[in-house]
Amino acid sequence: MRLGRVSLTAFTWLVAILFVFPLVWMVLTAFKQEADAYTDPPKLFFSPTLEQFAGVFERGFLPYLANSGFVTVLSTLAVLVLGIPAAYALSIAPVKGTGNALGFFLSTKMLPIVAAIIPLYVISQNVQLLDNVWALVILYTAMNLPLAVWMMRSFFLEVPREMIEAGRVDGATLPTLLSRIILPVVAPGIAATALICVIFSWTEFFYAINLTAARAGTVPVFLSGFITSEGLYWAQLSAAALLASLPVMIVGWIAQNHLVRGLSMGAVK
Amino acid sequence: MPDAPGGRRRRRLPLLLLAVLLLASGCAGAGALGAGGKTLVIAIVANPQMNDAIALSDRFERAHPGVNLRFVSLPENQARAKITASTATQGGEFDVVMISNYETPQWAENGWLENLQPYIDSSPGYDAGDFIPSIRDSLSYQGDMYSVPFYGESSFLAYRKDLFAKAGLTMPANPTWRQIAEFAAKLDDKRAGIAGICLRGKPGWGESLAPFTTVVNTFGGRWFDRNWNAQLTSPEFRAAAEFYVNLLREHGEPGAASAGFSECGTRYAQGQAAMWYDATVMAGTNEDPSSSRIVGKSGYVAAPVNKTDSSGWLYTWSLAMPKATEHKQAAWEFMRWMTGKDFVRTVGEEFGWNRVPPGCRRSTYEIPEYLEAAKAYARPTLNGIENADQDSTMTEPVPYPGIQFVGIPEFQDLGTRVSQQLSAAIAGQKTVDEALRQSQEYAETVGQAYRETR
Repeated sequence: MRLGRVSLTAFTWLVAILFVFPLVWMVLTAFKQEADAYTDPPKLFFSPTLEQFAGVFERGFLPYLANSGFVTVLSTLAVLVLGIPAAYALSIAPVKGTGNALGFFLSTKMLPIVAAIIPLYVISQNVQLLDNVWALVILYTAMNLPLAVWMMRSFFLEVPREMIEAGRVDGATLPTLLSRIILPVVAPGIAATALICVIFSWTEFFYAINLTAARAGTVPVFLSGFITSEGLYWAQLSAAALLASLPVMIVGWIAQNHLVRGLSMGAVK
Repeated sequence: MPDAPGGRRRRRLPLLLLAVLLLASGCAGAGALGAGGKTLVIAIVANPQMNDAIALSDRFERAHPGVNLRFVSLPENQARAKITASTATQGGEFDVVMISNYETPQWAENGWLENLQPYIDSSPGYDAGDFIPSIRDSLSYQGDMYSVPFYGESSFLAYRKDLFAKAGLTMPANPTWRQIAEFAAKLDDKRAGIAGICLRGKPGWGESLAPFTTVVNTFGGRWFDRNWNAQLTSPEFRAAAEFYVNLLREHGEPGAASAGFSECGTRYAQGQAAMWYDATVMAGTNEDPSSSRIVGKSGYVAAPVNKTDSSGWLYTWSLAMPKATEHKQAAWEFMRWMTGKDFVRTVGEEFGWNRVPPGCRRSTYEIPEYLEAAKAYARPTLNGIENADQDSTMTEPVPYPGIQFVGIPEFQDLGTRVSQQLSAAIAGQKTVDEALRQSQEYAETVGQAYRETR
């Protein structure tokens, strides 16, 4: 029994280290000189420098950061505004054809995005949305919406029927019911959904690289610009990647409690 | 579910989101394009020389008030995909794009690019006659240039003079591949961690296939005969493949099947290889004290041959103007600046002479400071590029342009598939014969399409 617990602890540590190691290595590399960053054997001890971070800002990191922030926040808000009523209509007050609607939402995720990119590119071009942040806002909203509806629906189903009934008996209208009774209960779930939308939008690369150029580029596009087929780039790329992941890490840390509760909420029935 | 603990946080989260939104939109406003004036958007490949050009670009802006430059710098594969999509559909995102001698003739034929000859002819002092002829020809279509070269390269062989001297070996100025294989066998020192030779084995039509195809050419092989019959199982092609794979497996670098230019470069610069056959621009990294441990220890000789007089490849990154470009004259002014003689001098004086974009202008090879800084490799680079044409690097005529690539659109896909087969053979997962049989099938499909349409 004790042996089992010890080995379980050891295994947990192993998994944790496996997951954290690439991150730690990225942080270490970000403080190296280029010549120290890619050596055989790898260097653990070196004299740290902030040079790479200065280089990242010199290459104009801020406009990309602003674009990413704008697209992420707006698309996440749009997902919530559209997704919450949809989730309500598919759970608490099921409309006709709920099953079909849910299946349809999911089916939109089944087309590989690479198969849709050429039509999307041509459409964006025709409606003058190439290299425009709004194109990404629309696409990220569409990309995250099905998943968000599914997630939030499962949270809405958790709301005890009796509570809603009681509210109705007391004469609550639909807006009151939503804002006073249902939303407070599903808030952790909505926070978890929002965080997942934020992460997906923040890290999305494929649409961003194909549909933006000089004006609307997002952080992942900026990161890829450090990769070169001739010359060294690992240290600067690591510095840029570290800066790029900070906002999401901070948001994730703030929402940590919500996230864990939200994620486990739909699972336990 | 009780909601008490989340109560305060619930109010904080929307506030936080709102703050981020305001911050973001504020910055987005500030980062928007300057009102008035022309903005040129330039798509380039993120290589060190291009970054130097970006760093110097404010000089152009100062000299051309009213013209703002915005750069989009992406890794080679992404840049290629993006620039192709934009140019082919007349997307109009870019005013100037960086392409190579692979794309230029194809795109000029498709009518995607602006003919630059009128601009060149009306720019006294630009001196297009100064471009190395092989480079100029590779960027021309029906006698007119459709892109102008920023830097050019051939391939050659770097070797460690100190290791050769220690082993009592002498490197001839024009080695054969047989000699190189013998040297590699003698200098291969597994215990000291020194590979006999570094060669690319990483899949990709621009990776392993570039050096490999030059070996095929000089062994007398070719991808297609004049009637577009695939030739990947011909005795010559097979001999070249056997040679390349065996040399790598016996005396090449460890993990060769996934080593490309960067991996080979790191290994060689760390002193872990006795020879390296690759792009001439490698000399810049080898001789750069900030990244190399073997500065001054290398000699450079022409690309090894077998049945031909020379075998170096020809590649150039060049600037072109898509048809949809709005500010054509301003775009040309920028291209003229970035590919002009003065730019070479500016880079030399600002960043050091070993960072000059090499291999496109003859006049670069007359600058005393450059010849001094690059004395080990300037001459072999220039010779390699000047000799890089199909007549001197191939034994048989072919129906396509290109030396280390087949200059047809299908080659990006075909080349990548064949290179995967080659890597499998290098890794020992397949025999060379199996790899070539499969490759021949891929190539035959492409060849058939050309036989039917032409």
